[in-house]
Amino acid sequence: MIWNVTRTALIALRRDRGAMVLSFVLPLAFFTIFAMIFGRQNNSTPTVKLIVVDQDRSQGSEQLVKALEGESSLAVMTRPASERKNAPHPADYTAATAEAAVKAGDAPVALIIPAGFGQHPMAFGPDKSGNGGGSTLELLNDQSDSIAPQIVNGMLQKAAMTAMPSSMADEGMKDAEEYVGGFTPAQKAKVDEGLEELRKLEAEGKTGSGTGNDKAGAPGSSSANDSNFSGIVQVKERAVVGQDKKSPMISFYAAAIGVMFLMFTASGSAGALLDEAESGTLERVLSTRVTMTKLLAGKLVFNTGLAFVQLVAMFLWGWWAFKLDFFSHLPGFAVMGLSTAFSVAAFGMLLASACHTRAQLGALSTLVILIMSSVGGSMFPRFLMPESMQKAGLLTINAWAIDGFTKVFWRDLPVTELWPQVAVLLGTGVVLFVVARRIARRWEYA
Amino acid sequence: MTASMQMIEKGPALEVAGLVKRFGDLTAVDGVSLKVREGECLGLLGPNGAGKSTLIRSLVGRVIADSGRVMVMGQAAGSTEARMALGWVPQELSIYPRITCRENLGSFGRYYGLKGQALKEAIGWCIQWASLEEKQNDVAKTLSGGMKRRLNMAAGMLHRPKVVLFDEPTVGVDPQSRNRIFEMIEALRDAGTAIVYTTHYMEEAERLCDRIAIIDHGRIIAEGTKEELVEKSFGRRSQVLARFAGDTETIDAWAKRHGGHVKAETAELTIERAGEIAPLLDDATKAGLELVDVSLRRPNLESVFLHLTGRELRD
Repeated sequence: MIWNVTRTALIALRRDRGAMVLSFVLPLAFFTIFAMIFGRQNNSTPTVKLIVVDQDRSQGSEQLVKALEGESSLAVMTRPASERKNAPHPADYTAATAEAAVKAGDAPVALIIPAGFGQHPMAFGPDKSGNGGGSTLELLNDQSDSIAPQIVNGMLQKAAMTAMPSSMADEGMKDAEEYVGGFTPAQKAKVDEGLEELRKLEAEGKTGSGTGNDKAGAPGSSSANDSNFSGIVQVKERAVVGQDKKSPMISFYAAAIGVMFLMFTASGSAGALLDEAESGTLERVLSTRVTMTKLLAGKLVFNTGLAFVQLVAMFLWGWWAFKLDFFSHLPGFAVMGLSTAFSVAAFGMLLASACHTRAQLGALSTLVILIMSSVGGSMFPRFLMPESMQKAGLLTINAWAIDGFTKVFWRDLPVTELWPQVAVLLGTGVVLFVVARRIARRWEYA
Repeated sequence: MTASMQMIEKGPALEVAGLVKRFGDLTAVDGVSLKVREGECLGLLGPNGAGKSTLIRSLVGRVIADSGRVMVMGQAAGSTEARMALGWVPQELSIYPRITCRENLGSFGRYYGLKGQALKEAIGWCIQWASLEEKQNDVAKTLSGGMKRRLNMAAGMLHRPKVVLFDEPTVGVDPQSRNRIFEMIEALRDAGTAIVYTTHYMEEAERLCDRIAIIDHGRIIAEGTKEELVEKSFGRRSQVLARFAGDTETIDAWAKRHGGHVKAETAELTIERAGEIAPLLDDATKAGLELVDVSLRRPNLESVFLHLTGRELRD
C-alpha cells in the first residue's frame, strides 16, 4: 500500500512539469551560479579596477605601478579609456579626475602616488614620532565596495616588497643603523655592494613582481585606518563616495531586494490574465469594445503603478527604519522607480502571456526571477562577482535598476546621468511588451 | 402583420449565412444558416461537441469563420457596431470573482463605453433585472450559484443589446433560480430583444423558444417551432413505449415488425391512432412476450432529436 501511495506521487510529479523544474532545474541553476560567483572557477578572481595617478614619476613609483599592472586581480588604469577606437589617447588621470572617476563609479579605488615617494617609499615601522614613516600613498575609495580597497592595499604591499627590494633593504639598513648602533666599515661596504647588485637587478627588471597568480586579499593588507603603521608602504584611505552616508548599503538593498520582489509581484499580478483566460472572462472582455492591445496596455499600466507604489513603500520604510536619505533624492527616485516599474511590469506580462496555466507561471517565474536576481545583483553585489558574471548581469533588469538607484542614492548623481539605465529599462520594457502582445495573439481569435 | 412580413420589412436582427469553421480536419460548423428576428427566441439544441459553442463564438466575432457571414443588426460580426448591438452570456462564469456585483457591472459597462449617468442607470437596470438589489455590494465569489449565474447574465446586458446570445445559462442552477432566469429571459424577449438560447434541456427550449434549431456535427439538421419539428419527424403519430419480459431477440423482432426499435430494453414505435395499440399488444402476446409496462405519448423534442440524430440530447 505504501508503494501504491509512492507510485501515485511519482506519477503526479512526472505530470507536473512546474514541480519538476522547481525540483531539479532550479537547484542546479542556482548551484551553478553560486559556484561561478564564489567557486572562482578558472581562476576568475574578481578583478578590481584601480586608477593610478603617479605624481612622482620616479624610478621607484614607476616600478610600483609596473608591479601593480602585473597583478591579475587588478585592472590598472592610468588614463580614461578612449571613447572611439582611433581617437587620440586621453590625458592621464590627475588626482582631481581620478576622484571624479571614483565618484562616477568608473572604478571603486584610485591610488595617488605623491611626489617624493621615490625618495622614501617605505618604512618598517613607525618613526620616532610615532608616525608611519615613509611617503604616504592616498587610496580614494567608494564605500559601497568595501572589498576593493582591501584588495588594492594588499596588492600594494606585495608589489612594494617584490618590485622594490633595494628600497626595502635600504630602509632596513637605515633602521638597523638607528636601532642596532651601526655597522663596521667592512660590514657597511659589504651591504652597499649587495644593495648595488639589487639595484642593478631592479634596473634589469629581474627582481620579483606580481606573478599574476596570487590571490586577492593577501596578508598585510590592513587598513591605514586601523593603525599608524599599515605595512611597509604607508597608505591613507579616503572615501570619496558615501563618506557622509549613515547606512552605506541600505539604498543598495532597498533597490536590490525591491526589484526582485517587484518581479514576483508583477508576474503574479500579470497572472490574472491567465485566470481570466481560464474563466472565459478574457474572451468576454474581448467581445466588448476592448481590444487585446488595449487590454494588455491597461494591465501594463496597472502593474507599473503597483510596482512603483511597492518601491515607494520600500524606500519609505528604508527612510523611516534605516535613515535612508529618501526625500532629498525624489526626482532621481521617481525617474528610476517609474522606469524600473515599467520594465518589471512588462516582464511580468511577457511571462504570463508565455504560460498556459498559473502553475506553469509560478514555476517559470520562480526560476527566471531567482536566476536574474542572483546574476543581476539582487542577492549580493555584482562587484563581488567575476568579470564574466558582472557582464552577464547586464542582461538582467535587476542590474540596470540597481545601478540606476545606486547612482541616485549613493553617488548623488543628477537625473541626467541616469539616461543609460533609463534607456535600457524603458527599451527593455517596450520590447518585452511587444513580444507579450505578439504571444497573446493566441487568445485573440480562434 | 405576420412575423415573416415583419422580418422582410425590418430585416432580421441576426443573420447567419453559410457559416463554415474548421479546426484542422474537424469541421466544427458546417454551412450553418439562421435568421432571428427582434422579439424572437431561437433555441439551439444539440449534444456536446455538436458545434453550438463554436457557432455562438462565431456570432460574437471571437471565431473567424472560414466562409460564410454573420450580420448583427445589419453589421458584420466583430465590428464595433455589431459588438454594441450584441450581448453575450457565456456558459462559464465570466465575471471578476473578487469584486462586488456592482463593481463587476461597472467594469463591463465601461468596457462597452458607458460612463457617467448612462453607466449608473445601466447598472441599476441590470441589478433590478437580475434581482440582485440586496446583494449588489457583495463580492461575486460569495454569491450562491444561481446569483452568480444571474450576475453573469447581467454583465452582458449593460449596453442593452438588441441581440443576446445565452450559452447554457442554467448549468448547475437549482430549480428555483432556473425559474428566475427564465423570467429574466422572457422579460427580455417581451421587450423585443432577439435571443439565441443554447441548451441541453429540452424543457427549457420548449418553455422559452419560439423556434428551435437542432444542431449536430456542425449542421442544422432541423429548424422550426416545436410543433413543426414534431410534425416533420412524426406527422400526427404518437409514440408507444413498451417493456416486456421475455427473449430479447423476440422483443426486437416484434418492434421491427411494427416499424419500431428497442432502446434500453424498451420497445419504441409509433401509431396513428390510439386504437392501434390493442392489436399491437395482441401480437406481442402471440409472440410469447409478457407485457410489463406500456405508455402512449405525443412525441416531444427529445423524441425528435433521437429520431433525427439517433442520439439522446444529453449524450
